[in-house]
Amino acid sequence: MTDLHVDGNALGGLLIELFGRDMTDQLGCCGGCGNVSPLGAVRVFRGAGYVMRCPFCEKVALALVATPEGVRVAFGSLRWLEVDRGTTSPS
Amino acid sequence: MARAAVRGRLSWLVAEVVDLVDETPRVRTIVFDVPGWAGHRPGQHVDIRLTAEDGYQAQRSYSISAPENGNRVEITVELIDEGEVSPFLVEDLMAGDRIELRGPIGDYFVWEPGSGRPTQLIAGGSGVAPLRAMIRAAAATPGDDAVRLLYSARTEEDIVFREELDTLAAQDSRIQVTYTLTRGHGPDWNGLSGRVDRAMLSEHVWPADAGPVCYVCGPTGFVETVASGLVELGHRPDRVRTERFGPMGGVP
Repeated sequence: MTDLHVDGNALGGLLIELFGRDMTDQLGCCGGCGNVSPLGAVRVFRGAGYVMRCPFCEKVALALVATPEGVRVAFGSLRWLEVDRGTTSPS
Repeated sequence: MARAAVRGRLSWLVAEVVDLVDETPRVRTIVFDVPGWAGHRPGQHVDIRLTAEDGYQAQRSYSISAPENGNRVEITVELIDEGEVSPFLVEDLMAGDRIELRGPIGDYFVWEPGSGRPTQLIAGGSGVAPLRAMIRAAAATPGDDAVRLLYSARTEEDIVFREELDTLAAQDSRIQVTYTLTRGHGPDWNGLSGRVDRAMLSEHVWPADAGPVCYVCGPTGFVETVASGLVELGHRPDRVRTERFGPMGGVP
């Protein structure tokens, strides 16, 4: 069941735990290829944790691993995240 | 929207099963009453958490399959034979049972009314669940939001929500529903047959010139094929929104 990925939407709940807001329509830039993508659209592979890969070049952008104490966030090719202030819903 | 005020808070809520609907032999809709539910937008999902007596927990995401309706939250689940959570949800859950749920989750795979653009929905198998919430929301929204749904299923009996979708399309000229069957069909079938490919997309979805926002949901392989086909046909990648639910259920 780990050979095929889902996408960043499936991590929406976990990302809210980490960031305190919904992140699926927020943009991230891959340092590997320079492409920008909403986090909801990244490829997510489930194993011991979650590996988020750039949908364009497949580099590991971010990995999330649950530990007994919490969640460890390992940074890969994710160069930047742009988070809007969230005062209104996007239209 | 009022929803914005409650963003950022996500707590586990107790959800009580109030209705169960067998949609097909392998797909069931579960209606929960969720006190404290903050409302949701079409396309959003919930996380569901099951806890065994020994404390073992399993958690999965499920799309909400109906528009906002007070404390009512509906999900539509396909049975995965080797699944950890779906056999319980589809076969064992009974009215009156309580489980833990949190949401709404997701700002990306969300349909917005009044975008001024046509909407193209493309479903593979039980991936129709969030798209059904969108099509019902569109039908309930006055205006000229035109919606097309292209829905791929294995056989006629695997089409989820068929009666409702046909009724919506018959009653509302803004809504158009097209089915395709991938595992054969009877002599009376008047829909399409075969898997969704580029030729089918070019003939049966809004052309790129119409500037639609496209929502594609289904198994991973299906979504990959459809999304790349749409982009090859000239649809802008940022207007092709996707939700993949993994290998579960196989090829529709």
